[in-house]
Amino acid sequence: METYHLTVNGQRREVTVDPSTPLLWILRDNLKMTGTKYGCGISACGACTVHLAGTATRSCVVPISRVGDRPIITIEGIEADPVGRAVRNAWVEHDVVQCGYCQSGQIMTAVALLKQTPKPTDANIEESMGGNICRCGTYVRIREAIHDASRQLK
Amino acid sequence: MATAMQTGLTRRTFFQVSASAIGGLMVSLYLDLPLLAQDQKVKSPPDAFIAIHPDGNIIIQVNRLEFGQGVSTALPLVLADELDADWSQVVPELAPAADVYKDPIRGMQMVGGSGSISTSFMQYRELGARTRAMLIAAAAKRWGVSPDACSAEAGVVHGPGGKSAKYGELASDAAQQPVPATVTLKEPAQFRLIGKTTKRLDSRAKCDGSQKFGLDVDLPGMLVALVAHPPVFGAKVKSVDDAATRKLTGVKDVFEVPVAPGGSGVAVVADKFWTTKQARDRLKIDWELAGLQLADSDELWSRFRELGRTKGMVAIARGDETAIDHIPESDRIIAQFEFPYLAHCPMEPLNTTVRFDGDKAEVWAGSQLQGVDQMAIAQTLGLKPAQVTFHTEMAGGGFGRRAVIDSHVQREAAAIAQHLKGTPVQLIWTREDDVQGGYYRPMHLHRVEIGIGSNGMPVAWRHVIVGQSLLAGTPFAPKGGGVDPAVVEGVADTPYSVANFHVSAHQPTINVPVLWWRSVGNTHTAFVMETLIDELATRAKMDEIEYRRRLLDPKASKLRAAVDLLAEKAVWRNGLPQGHAVGIACHYSFETGVACAADVSLDHSRPRVHRVTVAVDLGLAVNPLTIESQVQGGLTFGLSQLVPKGAITLKDGRVEQRNFDTYAPPYISQAPLAVDVHIVPSTQAPSGIGEPPVPVIAPAVVNALAKLTGKRYRTLPLASL
Repeated sequence: METYHLTVNGQRREVTVDPSTPLLWILRDNLKMTGTKYGCGISACGACTVHLAGTATRSCVVPISRVGDRPIITIEGIEADPVGRAVRNAWVEHDVVQCGYCQSGQIMTAVALLKQTPKPTDANIEESMGGNICRCGTYVRIREAIHDASRQLK
Repeated sequence: MATAMQTGLTRRTFFQVSASAIGGLMVSLYLDLPLLAQDQKVKSPPDAFIAIHPDGNIIIQVNRLEFGQGVSTALPLVLADELDADWSQVVPELAPAADVYKDPIRGMQMVGGSGSISTSFMQYRELGARTRAMLIAAAAKRWGVSPDACSAEAGVVHGPGGKSAKYGELASDAAQQPVPATVTLKEPAQFRLIGKTTKRLDSRAKCDGSQKFGLDVDLPGMLVALVAHPPVFGAKVKSVDDAATRKLTGVKDVFEVPVAPGGSGVAVVADKFWTTKQARDRLKIDWELAGLQLADSDELWSRFRELGRTKGMVAIARGDETAIDHIPESDRIIAQFEFPYLAHCPMEPLNTTVRFDGDKAEVWAGSQLQGVDQMAIAQTLGLKPAQVTFHTEMAGGGFGRRAVIDSHVQREAAAIAQHLKGTPVQLIWTREDDVQGGYYRPMHLHRVEIGIGSNGMPVAWRHVIVGQSLLAGTPFAPKGGGVDPAVVEGVADTPYSVANFHVSAHQPTINVPVLWWRSVGNTHTAFVMETLIDELATRAKMDEIEYRRRLLDPKASKLRAAVDLLAEKAVWRNGLPQGHAVGIACHYSFETGVACAADVSLDHSRPRVHRVTVAVDLGLAVNPLTIESQVQGGLTFGLSQLVPKGAITLKDGRVEQRNFDTYAPPYISQAPLAVDVHIVPSTQAPSGIGEPPVPVIAPAVVNALAKLTGKRYRTLPLASL
C-alpha cells in the first residue's frame, strides 16, 4: 500500500492504496465519485474517460502510481469549464442520452476534442470519439450535439 | 379511438386513494388478477402510483425498468396529460417489485416485446384522469359549485368567477372524494403532452455524473464479489487452490457457488473491486468437464447445414408443398444464410446487490423482470417473495440481457449474500464474464428455395430454419414442444403473399445458453426475407419499393403505410452521388411497421452508411422525440450484425471472444452519419418502438452493397468485401 496525493476537480485528495489500482477504481471506490464508469477495463469502450492534465484518458488502464501530480478532471467537475458547460447543454438540448451509462465518457471525450479543435469536422469527430462505445446507438445525436456546442462556443 | 385503446385497467383492478400524513393525495390500485398463480389479493401501498405533495410536486411510479428506452418519461407524460398536471412538477421514480406493478395485460412485471407503452398506455391515462376528476370534485365542493363548472390546466383547477386552486392545495381534500366509477378520457385533439415532442426527464442527471445506476449502489459496509465462472457451460469446480488469493489484503472470503446452467464456480469477496479482481486472477481452479457437450462453432455449422437440407417441424404449411419442384431450375433461387451467436453487451456490466438478514433480504438491481428475479432470490435464500424487498435501479442498457428467466445473476448474488449473512454484497460480472457468459442470440441457419412465376413474383417458397429454441425449458415454452415462435417469427407470419408457402424448423439442443436479443427472432428472419425480396425485385427488374408494395398483403396496413411514407420521403434515392447505392428494407414486428432506405458506399472494403431515412407506423406517437431516438439507436444496434467483430464463436466448448477487443458493437464511424425519422400520422392504439427498427438496417445495407459489388451477402458478420 502507498499513499498518493491527487488533485481531483481542483480539490486535494489523499488515498492509501495498492499502486496497481487503476485511477477508475480510485475515483469510484475510494473517492465515491461514481460518475466515471466501468465498461470494459481494457481501454476499449471509453466509458471511464477523464481528463488527465487536460488530455482525455482512459482511467481504467492508468495505475494510480502513474498519475503523478497531473490534475484530474471528471464528469462531476466539468461544469466549471465553459466548454464543459456548452457540451453538457448541447447534450441536454439534443436529447442525446438513452441509458446514459456511456455518456460521462462521451462528454469528457467531446470536451477534450473541442478544446483542441474548436470547429471539428465529421472526420475529426470520428477520430476523437472513435473509441467510445454507445450501445444504445446515440451516435447521430452525439455528432449533432458536438457541432452545436462548437457553434455555441463561437 | 380504436377499441384496443379501451383496454386499460382490467375489471378486477380497483382504485385505492388516501390522504398522506403531510396532507397530500396518494393513488394506488387494488389488484386481483386471477391468472397469476403466486398472487393473493395484495393491497399495495397507498402511494403506489401517484403522490401529490402539498408543494405541488407529483411523484409518479413507473412500473417498468428504465434502461434507455425512455419509459420513465413516457408513462409519466401519459398520466400527466390526463391529469392536466404541470409537467415541470412531475418526478418519475422506478417502482420496486410488487404485484401492483405487473403489466396489466401480460400479468407480470416486465420490460419486453416493446410493450411498455402499448400495455400501460390506458392504465396510466386512467390513473391520471380519475385523479384529475377527484381534484376537480374537491375544488367544486370547496367552492360550492358543480364539478362541471370547473376545469383543470397545468396543475390548477379553475372555477366560476375566476376562482382557482393549485393541485397541491387540493390534494388532501381530493383524497376524501369518492373515486369516479367511470371517467371520460381525452380525445386526441385535447392532448397537451401526448403526441408532442418532449425531452427526457433523466437527461441532466445522466450528463453530470449524478445519475446512480445499479453498479453505483453503495451501502455501508458493502463488499464486492466476483465469481470465477467455468470455462465450459455447466462445468463444475473439481479442486481449487486459493492460497494466493487469500493472502491478498482486503480479501474476506472465497467459496464455491452454483453457476447456471448446472455448474459451479468460485466466489471471491473483498472490500473493493480492484482487490477482488486481483484476487480472482490468482485462483488456480481445476474444472470437471466430463459428460459435458463441448460446443464448437465449426462442428455446429456442419450439423446445421445437414439439418437445413431436411424438413423440420412444420411452422406453416400453405398451398402445395411440392409446387416448387415443378418450376424450372432457371426460375428458382436457392439460398443459404448463416448467423452467428451474438452477445448483448449492455454498457453497464451485469450486477446485483443483496443483503440477507436471515428472515428477510433487500436487493438492488436493474431488472427487466423484477418479479421473476425476486422469486429466484427468495427461493435461493429460503424466503417468500414478500420477504425480499427488490429495488429497481436505473440500468445502463439491457436489450434483453436483463430479462433472464432463470435469473442466473440474481441466484449467484443471493448465494453469495447467504454466505455473508448481514453484510451487503455487490456481485459484478466483469466485461469478460459478460462476453463469455452465454445467454446469446442463438446462431441460425436458413435454407430457402423460391420458385418465381412468369410475372416475376414468388409463387412457391420452401424455408427451413435451424436454431436453438429460446423458450425451451422455460414456463413460456410451447405446450408439448413444437415450434418456438421466436425461431420462426418474421418468416412464418410474413406479410408477403406467396400462394405456396412452407416453413419448418429444427431446434437442436446445444450446451450454450441463449436469450432474446433486441427484436428477438426478427434479427435474422428480417435479414433473410428482405434480402431475398430484394433479389427477387432485381431479377424482375422492378423498383424495390414498388415490388414490395405489390407483394404485401393488403391487410398489412401498418407496414404498407410505412412503405408508402418511405417512398414519399426517400426521393433522394433517385439522385445519389457516384459510388453510392440505396438499399431498401421493411419489416413488421411488435405490431409496428418500419421501412427504411439506406445510402451506402464502400470505404476500405467496409460499408459506410451515410444517411438512413426511416418511416414508421406505430399507431399514436406518444413522444415523437423518443421515437426518433429509438429508431436511430435501433438501427445502430442492428448494424452490430454486420461489423467485423460482430460474432461470438466457440472452440472445444470455450467462447473465443473475451472483451470489446474481440467482440465489439459499432463505434461512431460504423454508425449512420444521419438518420431522419418519419411517423405515419395515426390515432390507433400505440404499439412499440424499442425493437422494431433493429431488423431493417442490416438487410437494407447489404441490399445497397449488392448494387455496388454485384454480390449477395448471406453470412454474417460481413467478411471484407
